[in-house]
Amino acid sequence: MPKVKIKRKSTSTDMTAMCDVAFLLLTFFILTATARQPEALAVDTPSSTVKTKVPDADISMLTIGQGKVFFGVVGQDVRIKTLQKMGEQYKIAFTPEETKRFALIESFGVPIANLKQYIALDNADRMKLTQPGIPTDSLDNQLNAWILQARYATKELHGNELRFTLKGDSKEEYPTIKKIINILQEQKINKFSLITSLEGDN
Amino acid sequence: MAELDTSGGGGKGKKTRSKKMSTKVDLTAMVDLAFLLITFFMLTTTLAKPQAMDMFMPDKPKDEEKQLDVKASRTMTVLLASDNKIVWYMGVAGDNPPTVDNYGKSGIRGAFIDNNKKVIAGTGDPKKGLMVIIKPTDKSNYKNFVDILDEVKIAGVPSYGIVNKIETAEINLLKDQGVYK
Repeated sequence: MPKVKIKRKSTSTDMTAMCDVAFLLLTFFILTATARQPEALAVDTPSSTVKTKVPDADISMLTIGQGKVFFGVVGQDVRIKTLQKMGEQYKIAFTPEETKRFALIESFGVPIANLKQYIALDNADRMKLTQPGIPTDSLDNQLNAWILQARYATKELHGNELRFTLKGDSKEEYPTIKKIINILQEQKINKFSLITSLEGDN
Repeated sequence: MAELDTSGGGGKGKKTRSKKMSTKVDLTAMVDLAFLLITFFMLTTTLAKPQAMDMFMPDKPKDEEKQLDVKASRTMTVLLASDNKIVWYMGVAGDNPPTVDNYGKSGIRGAFIDNNKKVIAGTGDPKKGLMVIIKPTDKSNYKNFVDILDEVKIAGVPSYGIVNKIETAEINLLKDQGVYK
């Protein structure tokens, strides 16, 4: 009688399917992860214990650092509309090509008179340029105009109120912050958010 | 199959049989790597979002009469001075001695909690707690401002306000303490 031999099964499994799934997911996450745009003005945000996230839409970010202020608004449609409105106000005609390029700029800090040249630059040159910030003097308060037009644009396109966030540098002197808060308050914006990084409760 | 003949062609007549290799490759390491990267991307996409601290500024009233009056005994004025220092006093300037304090757990937070308890004990109404008036001076920086708002939230102070108008008396008070440089 022949002995019944138990067949030894190999422990190695076929990984091909698993590998396929893993790479599919990996591709998905890489593509959906928004590439971090290099910031026009690098700021070191102070930390706080709040855990509320910044909303995704209908939001404008004012970056404050080195005594300068940069303006940016989320959403390409809102950016285009804001630029058109600003063009009307300052009597500057932007070509469709310029408008399209502007829609991709996340944040900028140049006076409106130089905006055309700024749009014409490519990304690498833009990074090299030291931007002077948006003028906030009482005589030529362009920041006020940008804020107002962005609010109109958001209201017309999405029917929502535009919210404002301040992203300030830790070392920034308070008078600069005060000036920006005053500009916002002139337009009866009393509620806004401060961008902070996370810190433990201690 | 496309294989290079590496026998050198010595004509010895000996046929070199290439060993048939299995086409199966061990994918374990590759899968490990892929999952590691997936984890990384999943976590970074959700965690990279910055945090937003909501803040409210008092409405700028057109006429001074509309200003809300709060009993002086309930108010605590916090002046943000230079060198990451805080000077605070209760009530009206001059009535109570000012205290120089620091930020953080061992500094202003204790003062907030103590004063809040005292005020509630004094009014006998838990709704009428401490009212903190934050006055950032020109010598303070943005970090101080965020820190004090954070401390107010941690200490659970029921109401606070940010006032940008600083009296000369208060500046002098800071100068006396040597924290207005």
